[in-house]
Amino acid sequence: MLGILNGRVYDPAHGVENEVRDIWIEGGKIVTPGEEEQRGAETIDASGLVVMPGGVDIHSHIVGAKVNAGRKFCPEDHYDHARARTSLTRSGVGYTTPTTFLTGYLYTEMGYTTVMEAATAPLVARHTHEELEDTPVIDRGIFVTMGNNHFIMQAIHDGAQERARDYVAWLLQATRGYAIKVVNPGGVENWKWGQNVSGLDDEVIGFGVTPRQIIQTLGWINDELGLPHVPHIHGLRLGQAGNAKTMVETIEALEGRRAHFCHLQFLSYGGHGTHMRSGAEQVAEAVNAHPNVTVDVGQLVFGPATTMTSDGPLEHRLHELTGHKWLNDDVEGEGGGGIVPLTYQPRNMVNAIQWLTGMELFMLIDDPWRVFLTTDHPNGGPFFYYPQIIKLLMDRDYRAEMLARLHPRARKRALLPDLDREYSLYEIAIITRAGTARALGLKNKGHLGPGADADVTIYEESADREAMFARPRYVIKDGQVVARDGQLIHEQPGRTLYVNPDYDPGVRTAIKEHFKRTYTLSFENYAVQDEYLPHSEVVPCT
Amino acid sequence: MSIEIENVVCTFCGCLCDDLVAEVDDGRIVKVKKVCSNGRGLFEHYDPQAMPPTVDGQEVSWEEAISRAAAILDAADSPIIYGLSSTATEAQRKALKLADRLGAMIDTTSSVCHGPSGLAMQAVGEPTCTLGEVRNRADLILFWGCNPAESHQRHFSRYSVTPKGTLTPQGRRDRTVVVVDVRPTASTRAADLFLQVTPGADYEVLTTLRALLKGETIAAESVGGIPLGQLQALVEQMKECRFGVVHMGMGLTQTRGRDMNVSEIFALVADLNHYTRFSVIPMRGHGNVAGGDQVMAWQSGYPFAVSYARGYPRYGPGEFSTVDVLARGEADAALIIASDPAAHFPHAAAQHLERIPTIVLDPMPTLTAKSAQVVLPTACYGLDAAGTAYRMDAVPIRLRAILPRQRPTDEEVLDRIIEAVQPC
Repeated sequence: MLGILNGRVYDPAHGVENEVRDIWIEGGKIVTPGEEEQRGAETIDASGLVVMPGGVDIHSHIVGAKVNAGRKFCPEDHYDHARARTSLTRSGVGYTTPTTFLTGYLYTEMGYTTVMEAATAPLVARHTHEELEDTPVIDRGIFVTMGNNHFIMQAIHDGAQERARDYVAWLLQATRGYAIKVVNPGGVENWKWGQNVSGLDDEVIGFGVTPRQIIQTLGWINDELGLPHVPHIHGLRLGQAGNAKTMVETIEALEGRRAHFCHLQFLSYGGHGTHMRSGAEQVAEAVNAHPNVTVDVGQLVFGPATTMTSDGPLEHRLHELTGHKWLNDDVEGEGGGGIVPLTYQPRNMVNAIQWLTGMELFMLIDDPWRVFLTTDHPNGGPFFYYPQIIKLLMDRDYRAEMLARLHPRARKRALLPDLDREYSLYEIAIITRAGTARALGLKNKGHLGPGADADVTIYEESADREAMFARPRYVIKDGQVVARDGQLIHEQPGRTLYVNPDYDPGVRTAIKEHFKRTYTLSFENYAVQDEYLPHSEVVPCT
Repeated sequence: MSIEIENVVCTFCGCLCDDLVAEVDDGRIVKVKKVCSNGRGLFEHYDPQAMPPTVDGQEVSWEEAISRAAAILDAADSPIIYGLSSTATEAQRKALKLADRLGAMIDTTSSVCHGPSGLAMQAVGEPTCTLGEVRNRADLILFWGCNPAESHQRHFSRYSVTPKGTLTPQGRRDRTVVVVDVRPTASTRAADLFLQVTPGADYEVLTTLRALLKGETIAAESVGGIPLGQLQALVEQMKECRFGVVHMGMGLTQTRGRDMNVSEIFALVADLNHYTRFSVIPMRGHGNVAGGDQVMAWQSGYPFAVSYARGYPRYGPGEFSTVDVLARGEADAALIIASDPAAHFPHAAAQHLERIPTIVLDPMPTLTAKSAQVVLPTACYGLDAAGTAYRMDAVPIRLRAILPRQRPTDEEVLDRIIEAVQPC
């Protein structure tokens, strides 16, 4: 048994804010032992220290085909960012795309204990799981892209919603996935014709369905299957001026169904054509008015980034816009994606607006339980900048310093200078763990109540919030101290979280027929086998 | 009594056809259906019986062989680990772990086949797709510097030329096939158009195509032995197709110009996406050479030619690539996994390999094994060992063991070596 004694506990899921309490851990879980049981337990004196649940990242690209293509694509990303092997740990390299072991270490050392991989095409899910086994310590799950899936679009076209539902359940089982991911619905399919979609009612070529129908159907399916998370949606027209209007329409298109919108910053621009401005106010207003919606921000960080997304047409557009090298990968019947490396600069007008847009979303969305901290790693910047972003959110003066570095014209038109909200530690605990765990439907994560996984991060309070959050005093995973003072001290495997929704097995006949007609891999060789998940946990559907 | 096993994966080449039917009788494969003549030998000649390891040609226990292998690696200042393209990713992961532990150099056969494609991808990018997109969408297919009719025999029928796809319902009739090569081959016979390029002139031809695509005027009447009019017509054809795909091979990667040739063809394909959709898929050779790139990238950050000598991965094609390290006489011990460099490397490299203590893991007897100090006969992935392999389009596929296993796997043996060596 391990006791964390006299810490200042922040456990927003239980309404606990800065209360001095003891946290007890036994068998990898938070427990409430009697006095008798506490005797002889190992203890950590947390007097004066801030105790929170381990961080839970709701959206980050850390492993799988796309991330690995990014690693291979940009050796220049890695040269100056290496960590040597120690007697405990493996070596690694990489700044925006760290190698798998290094990714596990960096997240752990930052006090994060659960990270959701944001997008995997089903056909290459096996690859994602292979990399996850080489990603130590952190628990994780994968989001499976379905917004451009032929079987689903055909079923929608045929008016066979139940067929689509049973297929989605089968697909989540086959890929050992955690949630439904939707990326530019219909747009990625149209990209295979050199086109895109520009609105919710555009037609998907060859299927006669619309982005609106895809989103609505997947929303319905998600509820039918009782999945722990909601549809995780990357909307239309990402990165384009004027997409805020489309974003608001997309929120409205849900007609009250639940959904999570990811990296909202990239989808909240006003203006048109080459005249871009922040559309955060308009989008935040819609988010505030729709309690069925959660979002993560995808905050921009100045410096190098690697944009990588299943949104193929977007990456081609970035390539033509910047002239930077470009990777594209179309995946049969399921989607695709691309990669373009970028460097964000405060003196670049567009980048400055993007940075402002993210910050304004944080300021203008009222309910911290519905807006979460991400950088859409590595699209907006690397995840290890979260502590810097926390400082920006908590410290108005620091924000003003950053503002002064921005392109003057971007600054002049911005709302941010007039927004003086400062996040409290309690709110930070919500947007980095309690809220994300709740939105993900992870009942054992993001809180410190009895039965919770014993994932705990202990910080030393500091006026410099960046320093405080970058180097936690202790990080505890499954009851084991895995990092101290920002250094990994113990390596252990993490668990892959996945769902097993029920479905009518009758659908398999249609799926097999679909495989025969369109896939180059046989149905029998498609589903990810148990061998790929030696460390895993099924999260129940409701 | 024989049993029939369906959906068996063939690991001979990067096609990883996964629709074979194998008949197994008394622990041997007696018959294989749907397999090409390249793959047939792999199945039908495989003898899975247990083989003792050898040290200096003498049969020894596994324990002794492992301890000798560890002693060789421990004594070395600059060991190399090489091969990996014909084993499963599970073993590749262990090989990287061992390299990390030893501070060794590690490289795959990529460096002597599509390594230049990796360099080109890093220089200019690579628009690509999975083979199902080729089958279902592509109406214009180019094969450049490759001869799949002989090297990847079922590529035409499963993926690229004859299969019926969703947008290519009439199969061959819905596709135009162009082959560019230095000589007529079995593959050129399947083409609608064969363009014979002067050996060594691929780069010029590719640059010309890019220039024509950009609307530049070319004064020459022919480039690389091909009349300009034909190149102009090809550019128009490429611009006007619905979904074009280039498959390119060692005719570009291992001839003069190497990664420059490939950069030019990758850039051409990227440029074409301004007009229509176009992709390129390198014709990867060995069954899991693509998996080697993947594992190298996720564990070390780089696809091949990596040194852990400083305690962390550094990338150095030409510097840390095994063929170059050996030719310069730099390595002082070698661990060769599922590959036969003695048979394939240039003389100077092969000679140095013969001089240094060498450990071989391989299911088959090889020339490299003949002069090796330690030979560890392991099971063959996809036959008597399960594992994972990545197709040439990076689709990962599960390989099942279709025979009862009598030998240890590469993964198990590497694990034992990792336990036995001293961390550097």
